[in-house]
Amino acid sequence: MNDTICAISTALGVGAISIIRVSGEEAIAKVANLFDGKNLTEVESHTIHYGHIVSNGEVIDEVLVTVLKAPKTYTKEDIVEINSHGGISTTKKVLEVLIENGIRLAEPGEFTKRAFLNGRLDLSQAEAVNSLIKSETDLERKLALNTLSGKVSKKINKVRGIIVELLANIEVNIDFPEYEDALEITLENLPPRLKEIKTELENLLEESKIGKIVENGIRVAIVGRPNVGKSSILNALLKENKAIVTDIAGTTRDIVEGTVELKGIALKFIDTAGIRKTDDIVEKIGVDKSIEALNSADLVIHVLNNNEELTNEDKEIMEKIKDKTHITFINKSDLPTKLKIDMDVVKGNTMDINGLNELKDKIVELFDLEKINNSNLEVVSSAREIGLIKEALNSINQALDNVSVSLPVDMIAIDIKKAWDLLGEITGESYQDELLDTLFREFCLGK
Amino acid sequence: MYDLIVVGGGHAGCEAVHIGAYLGLKTALVTANIKNIADMPCNPSIGGTAKGIIVREIDALGGIMGKVADRSHFQIKMLNNGKGPAVRSLRAQADKITYPTVMLEFLESTPNLTIIEGMVENLIVKENKVKGVILSDKKEIKSESVILTTGTYLKANILIGSENTPGGPHGESRSNNLSDNLKKLGLDVQRLKTGTPPRIKASSIDFSKMEEECGDDRYYTFSFDNPPFYKVDAQQKCYLLYTNAKTHEIIRNNLEKSAMYGGYVTGIGPRYCPSIEDKLVRFADKPRHQLFLEPESIYYDEWYLQGFSTSMPRSVQEDMVHSLSGLENAVITKYAYAIEYDALNPLEMKSSLENKKIENLFTAGQINGTSGYEEAAAQGLIAGINAHHKLKGLEPLILRRDEAYIGVLIDDLVTKGTKEPYRMLTSRAEYRLILRHDNADLRLRKIGYKHRTIDEERYHKLIEKENKINEIKNILRDNNLKLNAETKELLKLLNVEIPSFSTSLYVFLKRPEINMEIIKKLIPLAYPEEILEEVEIEVKYEGYIAKVYKEVEKSKKLEEKLIPKDINYDDVLNLASEARQKLKEIRPLSIGQATRISGVNPSDIAILTVYLKKKYDK
Repeated sequence: MNDTICAISTALGVGAISIIRVSGEEAIAKVANLFDGKNLTEVESHTIHYGHIVSNGEVIDEVLVTVLKAPKTYTKEDIVEINSHGGISTTKKVLEVLIENGIRLAEPGEFTKRAFLNGRLDLSQAEAVNSLIKSETDLERKLALNTLSGKVSKKINKVRGIIVELLANIEVNIDFPEYEDALEITLENLPPRLKEIKTELENLLEESKIGKIVENGIRVAIVGRPNVGKSSILNALLKENKAIVTDIAGTTRDIVEGTVELKGIALKFIDTAGIRKTDDIVEKIGVDKSIEALNSADLVIHVLNNNEELTNEDKEIMEKIKDKTHITFINKSDLPTKLKIDMDVVKGNTMDINGLNELKDKIVELFDLEKINNSNLEVVSSAREIGLIKEALNSINQALDNVSVSLPVDMIAIDIKKAWDLLGEITGESYQDELLDTLFREFCLGK
Repeated sequence: MYDLIVVGGGHAGCEAVHIGAYLGLKTALVTANIKNIADMPCNPSIGGTAKGIIVREIDALGGIMGKVADRSHFQIKMLNNGKGPAVRSLRAQADKITYPTVMLEFLESTPNLTIIEGMVENLIVKENKVKGVILSDKKEIKSESVILTTGTYLKANILIGSENTPGGPHGESRSNNLSDNLKKLGLDVQRLKTGTPPRIKASSIDFSKMEEECGDDRYYTFSFDNPPFYKVDAQQKCYLLYTNAKTHEIIRNNLEKSAMYGGYVTGIGPRYCPSIEDKLVRFADKPRHQLFLEPESIYYDEWYLQGFSTSMPRSVQEDMVHSLSGLENAVITKYAYAIEYDALNPLEMKSSLENKKIENLFTAGQINGTSGYEEAAAQGLIAGINAHHKLKGLEPLILRRDEAYIGVLIDDLVTKGTKEPYRMLTSRAEYRLILRHDNADLRLRKIGYKHRTIDEERYHKLIEKENKINEIKNILRDNNLKLNAETKELLKLLNVEIPSFSTSLYVFLKRPEINMEIIKKLIPLAYPEEILEEVEIEVKYEGYIAKVYKEVEKSKKLEEKLIPKDINYDDVLNLASEARQKLKEIRPLSIGQATRISGVNPSDIAILTVYLKKKYDK
């Protein structure tokens, strides 16, 4: 549990400096053995020192070493941070030397796990760290930071406060039945109070939609017949934006072909049968493959060619996407119009530098991105938290149902208590074994 | 030489000696005053919310409180009838003369039991094992085990205004040296406080100015083994009255004269049983507070003024009482007082109620920091059973939180400790829907039988009851609601909506507007009332009950994760220092118990779990 662990805590290859973090009881002593400079075991906490990492007489790197003594550190353990100036190979070499000297390579999320286990972070905050590390846009980072600073926990605690007040009132009625000091909670005055809780929970869920968009971005699928210019739309967007370099695999089987940023929100274009490959290949695979990818998309852009008449194939696609959030985009607006269509459409032209503005405006409008940009982003965003709030809402609805069929108050109190416990799980106030395991499995390496 | 000595003849002591002797131990009850056995120094009632269920549980496990209460009350009520089956609880106004008399009869007819008068001042302890007691006259009585049930008598002080008189309730003498000697033996002693209201002479009360409070008009018993002994229409009345602006003014003007607010009290009083001056200070905007007048006995002329507990000087008490409507000319027969006393730290005992430091020494009742006759009796019963089991080498009886309020009570005491007198509340029981008044026997009689406190006859009665419950359920499942003209007419008459299609009677009973009375009109069910009621609850609330059992199963997994007895918490790195200290002190038996310790956070539990896995799962 308390052995000493190490990991590279900055993205490999990005930036000039990489930081290797070491945490645990022997962190200072072990790094001191490899450090040619001041004796690190004798320096003050929270100080930085110049020197070299030396192994078997060989200088591995010129470094700055920060010594942070427990408990005022991220993990509440002794921490040493080695700022390595070398590139990828040097950083990796330093890490290898540490491992050779008995420091274990950290498991994914282990630093944060220790921070949580040592009482440095609550559960919701620990999750936020994970999000922060994974964040790609500024808005995502803001969202994660809000959770990290406990602003979201505060919101949840506010609802818990309302619930516990009601519960306490019910309990007083039950335990002191003959005293009139507390308002008697009855089937008549219970519904308004339950509805108040219900509204609070619904608001949390409504807000969480913003959180979900900010955290996960908008998954976009571009569909259409071959040769309508699907790939050129993506290429144009990518060219115009500085593409976000991640290309990490999503949680589903779909591959993100490319990500562009729009008003601080990541648009993730999912691979609909290789839209960046040549249209010839797409032709072979056919339209069906594209349709498959639609399921996981938040937005479908159906591309039509201004220069061609509407085909049955186009109509087939329209039929398939009619229940999804979609935009019908008419490409090649610079060419003569042959397409006759009677519906709300967006026109554009990938050849023109401003040719996709109308499309982008439409996306901003559809997803209310302006509002998201102006939001304080103190919202719940993780799937686990949203799931728990939904469950809590179900319990409150159950309570309301049971009031309407006149079940006794002691039964209804069970549902209300359940909602309270579920919200407690978000802030980590209720303990659940399996929860920790699931949670930490998802953490990525680093901080 | 005795097997068991019980020190103190209060409600805990009575249950302890009775069950010890019943189980065959050569038992002695040592009490300072035989006349005070089973005395009720405070309120004249047995039961109340949650407490009434505890009395049922005591009875289900072979204790006697319920049987004595059934024979000695003059009014009985089912509380919370309208709030649902989980929180219903009986309360009886017990006669303060009859109750102790009947209790003494029970004890005197118990074989193996000797009653000795004497003040215990010390314990005989050899190699951390208790070997008997020493009386104030230095006489020693030897025994294999001792149960201390000293109530509020340890170094007790009675406080009235600035007066502070050493002594126990009812002007009894206190035990001067026992708590100091317990301290010398290494036990942690704390100081607690409680209080009692004034008593009023009945003939001086004008009842016409108050509201009547009557008993229920149906029959109830605490005990599963005896019929009711009272007549519904011969019950005594209690009365409801209120404080007023004048009362409040008197109290406010004299606040600094009260023992509590004048700073004369060092003990910590119970929050749920505040003195009237406490109520005024804490709820300053309330124009009036409820009070109840309850007769103490039919054999003497004294009423108990519930809700008016105070530690004001006598002259102020006079003014306060006379300000109440109907008590303008009241004669106070006993003044209210606060009492401070020594108690032990319950964290120093095991779940069996045996002391962790001194073997074969058990404690029960107020000495463990609880309040209330029922809480005391429950502990006395468990301590008695476990003292027997310890001597006979049997596993102790430890009730789980999902089995009994008694389980909740003891688990709370040994896990959380208490800084104020602990009173049982239904809200302390997270599984209260399955810890009901009606099913106490179904929950606990089998456990009692296994632990030898329930005999064959009572056990068979229980099995019979279980069988009947199943029989009725089967009848309800097997018979559909016949939607013929006759039924329709009947349902119409009962103002019940006629269902559009037929279901089994079992499903029909689940409908909110349907009860057993209606079902009985649809199909003949010749079964005792209480059994039909049991079926009604089990069927109607089946869904909720199942939910609770699911929760129980979930937490059982944590309860089953045992913590090895030899664990060294100093080896568990990264525990928060408060958590480490609490874990070292309490030494929980399971992860489940550890989660309930205040100051032990989820992160500490996670660390502990990981440590146990690493260390013991290899």
